[in-house]
Amino acid sequence: MSHAEGKEPEVYFQYEDIDQQQDTYMVGMWSFMAQELLFFGAVFIIYMLYRVAYLEEFMILSNKLNWQLGGLNTMILLASSYFVARAVHRAQTGEMNRQVGWLWATIGCALGFCVVKFFEYKEKIGHGLFPNERFYEGYSHMAADGYTANPDIARLFYSLYFTITGLHALHVIIGIIIFGILIRLIKKKSKLITDFIPTEMCGLYWHFVDLVWIFLYPLFYLIPQ
Amino acid sequence: MSADQVKETEKNYLNADHTIKSWLLTTDHKRIAFLYLLSVSFFFFLGSVAAAMIRIELTAPRGWLLSNDVFNKTFSAHGILMVFFFLIPAIPAVMGNFLLPLMIGARDLAFPRLNLVSWYLYMVGGILVLAAMVMGGVDAGWTFYTPLSSSYSSTPISLALVGIFLNGFSSIFTGVNFIATIHKMRAPGMTWFRLPLYVWSHYSTSLIIILGTPVVAMALLLVVLERATGVGIYSPEIGGDPVLFQHLFWFYSHPAVYIMILPAMGIQSEMIACFSRRPVFGYSFVAFSSMAIAVLGFLVWGHHMFISSQSLYLGVIFSLLTFLVAIPSAVKVFNWSVTLYKGSIQFTTPMMYVLAFIGLFVIGGLTGLYLGSLHTDVHLTGTYFIVAHFHYVMVGGTVTAFMGGLHFWWPKITGKMYSEFWGRLSALLVFVGFNVTFFPQFIVGYLGMPRRYHLYHFAPEWQIYHILSTAGSTILGIGFLLPAIYLTHSWFKGKKASQNPWGAKGLEWTHAASPPITENFDKMPIVTEGAYAYNAEADAAEALREMEAAGKLDATPEGEDWWNKMDESKDDEKEAIH
Ligand code: HEM
Ligand SMILES: [Cu+2]
Repeated sequence: MSHAEGKEPEVYFQYEDIDQQQDTYMVGMWSFMAQELLFFGAVFIIYMLYRVAYLEEFMILSNKLNWQLGGLNTMILLASSYFVARAVHRAQTGEMNRQVGWLWATIGCALGFCVVKFFEYKEKIGHGLFPNERFYEGYSHMAADGYTANPDIARLFYSLYFTITGLHALHVIIGIIIFGILIRLIKKKSKLITDFIPTEMCGLYWHFVDLVWIFLYPLFYLIPQ
Repeated sequence: MSADQVKETEKNYLNADHTIKSWLLTTDHKRIAFLYLLSVSFFFFLGSVAAAMIRIELTAPRGWLLSNDVFNKTFSAHGILMVFFFLIPAIPAVMGNFLLPLMIGARDLAFPRLNLVSWYLYMVGGILVLAAMVMGGVDAGWTFYTPLSSSYSSTPISLALVGIFLNGFSSIFTGVNFIATIHKMRAPGMTWFRLPLYVWSHYSTSLIIILGTPVVAMALLLVVLERATGVGIYSPEIGGDPVLFQHLFWFYSHPAVYIMILPAMGIQSEMIACFSRRPVFGYSFVAFSSMAIAVLGFLVWGHHMFISSQSLYLGVIFSLLTFLVAIPSAVKVFNWSVTLYKGSIQFTTPMMYVLAFIGLFVIGGLTGLYLGSLHTDVHLTGTYFIVAHFHYVMVGGTVTAFMGGLHFWWPKITGKMYSEFWGRLSALLVFVGFNVTFFPQFIVGYLGMPRRYHLYHFAPEWQIYHILSTAGSTILGIGFLLPAIYLTHSWFKGKKASQNPWGAKGLEWTHAASPPITENFDKMPIVTEGAYAYNAEADAAEALREMEAAGKLDATPEGEDWWNKMDESKDDEKEAIH
């Protein structure tokens, strides 16, 4: 890697050299990703089990989700993954300015995702479909629109929908914060960031968030079509 | 002697800086270990107070101290504090934190700041749980089964769960840190198969931590969501399955028992090798048995749910797998026994704990097999037999090893020697007190005493077992209190420890001062031999050579050194045989 801006990467005292430091950070980040995988794995399993148990009701309800908005969000996230990959590349070649540009593009996508998600939630909640005790009232008004599934199961379905996509959205928001901090530290020329590793770690996280959505989208919105 | 005096004025990690801030913001793994030592001891103490209340209550068939409600909250507090805030973090976060970098020849863990963050998460989690207890206490047991925990309990369960959730991430960060450290920070020459077995045990433990903890974190988070917003994933009213929670919970919590026991087994291996002066028999078997436990441990959770509506066929498979996971545990016990056989055993305090561990763990493990067989478990589940089983493994195993390890490494941690007399006495008290406390529980459980009950007036003949148990727990309590006193005393008044008072192998003894300097080593070690290069005869020959070189051979023997004694006893043995 070159260091265009003449900054030597700092080697922390516990490491022998920069290679060891960089390798170690990546091992740590991958271990953390393993934990993230299991974290989401748990809710995926829960969703699959209930889906198998209540297949027909879930099909009806899945069809009522807004696959266009979901699809839009999929495109947005795919684009953001490309942008973040560019950012990591620029970090590796040491071109800080361009790197920051790509990071801003990533943040832009993430914000776009949140806006779309907001409208999606707003629509559902507006119809009274937030799955707490008051769910049944709102749901009963929707029967004419084809919401014909059993109301209890529907509440379970929406519980899963809001919980799982909500957790994912939370990860997106955390991603925005992380990238924001990263940009700020780069701008301040902080000594925490003297090589490409922090960017690469954030990128890894972001790809993961993206990947979760790549599975969520078909599971919730597409398969029943 | 003079070398020792010079050392005294030297800097070490303890006197490097004295301000409170330097402790609270430290990133030195040894100081963080020390913070953890104080905090886990604190939670252990609180958990013990709850245990004492339970034991006092149970001395009378109708109870006499606590109401039903308070009794539920007391055993819940006991379980939560002991499992999540003592047993799981104790060995990794205290001993592991202190020793891993020293044992593999690194200056610190891979991520020192993350290490500090994990201590803060632990403390915040602990404070939230204590807050929940002050606000009236939680009553759903340490297992938080739904729907009791999600819909029916009106106690501040969400707060406690958030505390446990944060604590889970504290564990995860420790696990991530250890994995990266073991992979990448080993000194030159420290190959995987030269690692002390303690390090292997932490490697497998960390794998369990990062793969299991997120699942329970999610399971608990969903309970919090259900309580807070009514979004119920386990709620049977809307077609949810409350037993699903049990599956997720035990998917973590069975492996979690190995988070507790594997590091304890690692400590065992270190101490056995040192105090029988022999390499651990079958090193690679012991190392791989840790990995086997880590993998198989994820496949047996259903044995906690034999009577939970799980299908019979599933039960049979889980039962079979449970028997399989007992094999690697047994491998370790056999290998330790073979190591002891013909070893030159020294009955120091840590060795007393080693022997106590072996005895107690064997009983705990074998009774586990009773519980792993479907037909016997149906009778025994939900009784005091279970309580006795897991206390034999968790107290008899984990806590015993923790105490042993604390004594073993105390000279390294503090630079002071504790009193052997008091040490051995307390080890004896723990062993005796423990058995008197928990053995009667096997019997009363077999007779049918349900766990988590405080009334047994329908069978007053059980009282004798409960009284025995309470009496034993008093002895046990003294056994744990004594070390708190004499260890603290030795900190201030103890004899100064030399760098390697046990003549042990391992970089922490051979290359680091007692207590170590902040950077751990003056000169980074280079490793040229495997762990446990103990060799009693070579030790003696070396000593002889040294004495010759120093011209000391003719001088009056300066006391009998241990190897002389040992040689003599060998001679005696030979004579006795002839
Ligand atoms: C040889 C290995 C072991 C076997 C075969 C085994 C088997 C079992 C079984 C089948 C149960 C469920 C009983 C029931 O609820 O009906 C159980 C409970 C339990 N075991 Fe073990 N066990 C073993 C080792 C351990 C170890 C090493 C620990 C901890 C360090 C441990 C801690 C526990 C705990 C805490 C429970 C009860 C959990 C609860 O319901 O609150 N076990 N064991
Ligand atoms: Cu188990």
